[in-house]
Formats: sequence, C-alpha cells, structure tokens
Amino acid sequence: MTGSPPAAAQSDGASPRQSATGTVDAATTLEASRRRLVMDGLGVVASAIGFGLVYGLSAREAGFSLIEAVAMSVLVFAGAAQFAAVGAVAQGVGWPAIVLLTAFLNARHLLYSAALAPWVARTGRPTRAVMAYLLTDEAFALSIAHFRRIGRFDLRGYWYAAIVTTFIPWNLATIGGVVLGGVIAEPSRIGLDVVFPAAMAGLAVGLATGRREAVAAGAGAAIAVLVSLAWAPSGGIIVGGLLGPLLAMLVPGGPVRRTNPVPLGLASELDVATTHVTSEVSGSGGAPADPGRDPDIGVAP
Amino acid sequence: MSPDLILLAALMGVATYPSRAVPMLAPGIERLPPRALEYLRLVTPAVLAALAAVNTMVGTGPDGQPVFHVGIEWIAVLLCLAVVWWRRNLFLGLLVAVVLTAAARAVA
Repeated sequence: MTGSPPAAAQSDGASPRQSATGTVDAATTLEASRRRLVMDGLGVVASAIGFGLVYGLSAREAGFSLIEAVAMSVLVFAGAAQFAAVGAVAQGVGWPAIVLLTAFLNARHLLYSAALAPWVARTGRPTRAVMAYLLTDEAFALSIAHFRRIGRFDLRGYWYAAIVTTFIPWNLATIGGVVLGGVIAEPSRIGLDVVFPAAMAGLAVGLATGRREAVAAGAGAAIAVLVSLAWAPSGGIIVGGLLGPLLAMLVPGGPVRRTNPVPLGLASELDVATTHVTSEVSGSGGAPADPGRDPDIGVAP
Repeated sequence: MSPDLILLAALMGVATYPSRAVPMLAPGIERLPPRALEYLRLVTPAVLAALAAVNTMVGTGPDGQPVFHVGIEWIAVLLCLAVVWWRRNLFLGLLVAVVLTAAARAVA
C-alpha cells in the first residue's frame, strides 16, 4: 500500500513514475528500497533491544514495577525521555517537572514530523494520527531515507520502520530488562547501578556533534551539580538541562561532525538528521528535501 | 506490581504526542524561529549530561541533604566516556564501566 508523492517528489526527474519503463521500474525500485529498508532496520532492531534492556534494568533499579516500565515504553515510546524520567523519578523530581522535561526532550519530533508532513499529505487523517504516535528517531531516519530513495510515500515501509524495527523490540527488551533486573539479588554488587549514569554520559557524548552541543552538555552537567548541591538534585537536573542550551547558544556554532553511524546506536546519527531537518524546516517551511540529495541521512549503509 | 507511575507515563505521552502529530496533522503551524529550534535541539545533550553528572557526583548525606560524592562511579563513567569517544560504541563503554565497578567493589 503506497500513498501519493509530494509535489517536489513528483517533479523530480529521477522519479520512478517518469521512467521509460513505467510501473515495472517503479515496482523494482520499491522492492529494492524495501529490501534495503529491511537490512538497515536490522541495525535498528539490535540497537532497540540493547537500549531497551538497559532501560528496563535502569527502571527496575529506580524502583519501577514491570507494568510501570512497560507503560512508559508503550505510552511515551521515546528512549531519551524515558531514561530521563527514570533518573528524575529516582531523584525525587516532581511529576510536573518530569512532564515539562519530557515535552522539551521530545520537541525534536516536531522537526521530524514537519519533514514527513509533505510526504504524508494525501494519507488519511486517522492514519497520520497513528503514524505520529509511532514517530521516533529511528522511524524517521529509516522511513525518510526510504521515501527519498523511491521518491514517494510508502505506508508499509513506514509501518515496518516504526513498528517492526522499533516498537516491538523496544517493548520486548523493556520487559526483558525489568525481569533480568528482578532476578539479580544485589544489582550494585555487580556494578549495574553505574549503567544509568554511564549510559546517559555516553549518549551525551554521542550527541556532542559540534561545539554548541558539547558546551550544552558540559554547562548542563556543571550547572546541574552546583544547583543540586545548593538546592536539590531534582531542581539541578531541570535547571542544568534548560540553562545549558542557553549558554551554548552564546558560542559560535562549529561545523557539524558526521559521526560513525554503526556502533553507537541511533542517538548520534539522528542528531545529524535533526540538524539537517532543522535547517530544512526553518529555511523552507517544512518542504521535503530534494529526494535526490543525501538520501541516507542518519542511516547506516 | 505497583501501577503508581502509569499516570505519569500517560501524562508524558500526552506531552509528547503534540510535537509528533501537529506538523503531520496541521502542516505549517509548527514553524518556530530558528533560534527556538536550535535551543530545542540542544536540550537533549544538556539533560542527558545533567542526569549523568548528578547521578555520579551528588549523593545523600546522613542528614538527608545532598552532598558531593566521590567514588568508583566517577572512574567508571569517565572510562565509559573515553571508550564511547574512542570506539564509538556505547555498549562496550557500558560493559567496561560495569566490569570496573564490580571488580572494584569485589576488591573492597
């Protein structure tokens, strides 16, 4: 099942629909692109399982029950926000602050959604509403690369990217992590208590793709510790997370460093995608990128 | 099996959905000034780093007040950072951090 291409994709000279052999080429291109989507998705599955396990372990360590950890994976379905919530709950941060933090952390989805909007314009509103619920860093990166390759929207490709490679593995791994954490009598004896801060620090390093990101991370950490000692850890995390970016914006932006897309997981790759999408959205009002330009942003080849 | 945090999860879901849905359902109204977009992009590394730092460096004193904490966790997290920076592999970094912490505590 496929949708209609956006105007920009239809006008592209390389569009499959305008080729000499018509629908045969289009079908070949679609199948080839779907095969590539499946292969690219395998890396995402591995990443989702790994991070889902770490999330489940961290949630268990922070006192989440199985149903609470799974509810968060189903209802929020956003790794960074879920990790942040686990840390925030453990530090005693109030619910309003956690919800506010979640809104800020997940605001990047605005960019992904805006970049996808022209591709899904002719899809029914209920379908788009469900697609939006399943929109993650991974779903965005995989599906937009697929759409650009074929020059049009492909709903089945989107479901594959969003559900098969991310939603199912993430939730199963969450259950696995919580169960695994439950059978370990004293997690701190084998060092599992360090998984959460180490994972947060590692992810922050993966996102430090430029000078501003590095300053935001460094300033956020320093402010958070100072405010935590002077006031409370719950306040420190919020203040550091919100003031760090302000300080970072005072420094000139350095060049974006394209990160190695293979082992770190999608967090680092997708920040590059976010950077590109930011410029697209702010520069052209959300028009789709030229389908012929840089079709593989954020996805390992 | 406590369900207390399910409501929090639901509220977080409600806070997340508009940013995912609004541009797709009502294209155009998501446009924000470039500086606002840049700020939102920088929030993620700042929050993650803040969480890591507070969880590593801030403990609780006997009177319940936050205190500066120094321990093996510092070395473990720094080692994880070094591995991630060097090898671009978070899982390897986590493994190194966990093994170091477990070994240090076993010796102690």
